[in-house]
Amino acid sequence: MMPDLGKYADAVLSAYAASIVLLVVLVVMTVLRGRKVRAEMARIEEQRSKNG
Amino acid sequence: MGSMSLWEYANPKKFLTTSERILPFFWAAAAVCLVVGLIWGFFFTPDDFRQGSTVKIIYLHVPSAMMAINIWVMMLVTSLIWIVRRHHVSALAARAAAPIGIVMTLIALATGAIWGQPMWGTWWAWDPRLTSFLILFLFYLGYVALWEAIENPDTAADLTSVLCLVGSVFAILSRYAVLFWNQGLHQGASLSLDKEENVADVFYYPLLVCIAGFVFLFIALVLYRTGTEIRARRIRALATRTRAQA
Repeated sequence: MMPDLGKYADAVLSAYAASIVLLVVLVVMTVLRGRKVRAEMARIEEQRSKNG
Repeated sequence: MGSMSLWEYANPKKFLTTSERILPFFWAAAAVCLVVGLIWGFFFTPDDFRQGSTVKIIYLHVPSAMMAINIWVMMLVTSLIWIVRRHHVSALAARAAAPIGIVMTLIALATGAIWGQPMWGTWWAWDPRLTSFLILFLFYLGYVALWEAIENPDTAADLTSVLCLVGSVFAILSRYAVLFWNQGLHQGASLSLDKEENVADVFYYPLLVCIAGFVFLFIALVLYRTGTEIRARRIRALATRTRAQA
């Protein structure tokens, strides 16, 4: 299944690994920060509605 | 009858409700295109007769480089809208896009270096396109740092918009450096309206799918991140109001 990358296997695999890691880190950090801010927003809104 | 206008999305509430409705489509489209494009490119395309298996790096290098430049152009447009019309959502969209641009530029630089080493015999050369790309990367970092450094969000939006205008010179240079100087190691465009310049069809179609994947991923990320920035701005505004009342 794995294609024969020949003498350039290290270059090709490291390019894919580095890119996929960077993309995954970007998506994960984006979603984590989004959830944190959303939770903070919900907490503040709730507090405001309690205080009238 | 009220006509739909793009400016309706300058309303943060309207932006949030609309973006939440369309986001699942863009996440799904990004995942499908990236998985299909990268598997097609990596497993089911032949080696190039000159570049061997390193040609497979094209499926990451070309889309990320295109996005690095086009994200800056998107930031330029949204910054200009902020300057002219003072829509906060526009300024926040530019802010939200910048870290995505940093990652795209980093992927383009890293994959370029990894590809360049076996093909050119060097990781790096002070070639016009590579150099202007490095400067674009530094502009991205400066842009994000400037947003972080200034407390007042309107002042930050003003100054980062000016920085974005200046940096646009390097975004354009990154795209056209090869044409301007006609020298250096980097080849010309991989995709062009001129069929003669294009890469061969066997590489071209999976490359198009990968480019679509990167575009969809950017749209999903920028919509999501702009939503986060809108909420963060509201939290800061509420905190300021509470402090003023206390």
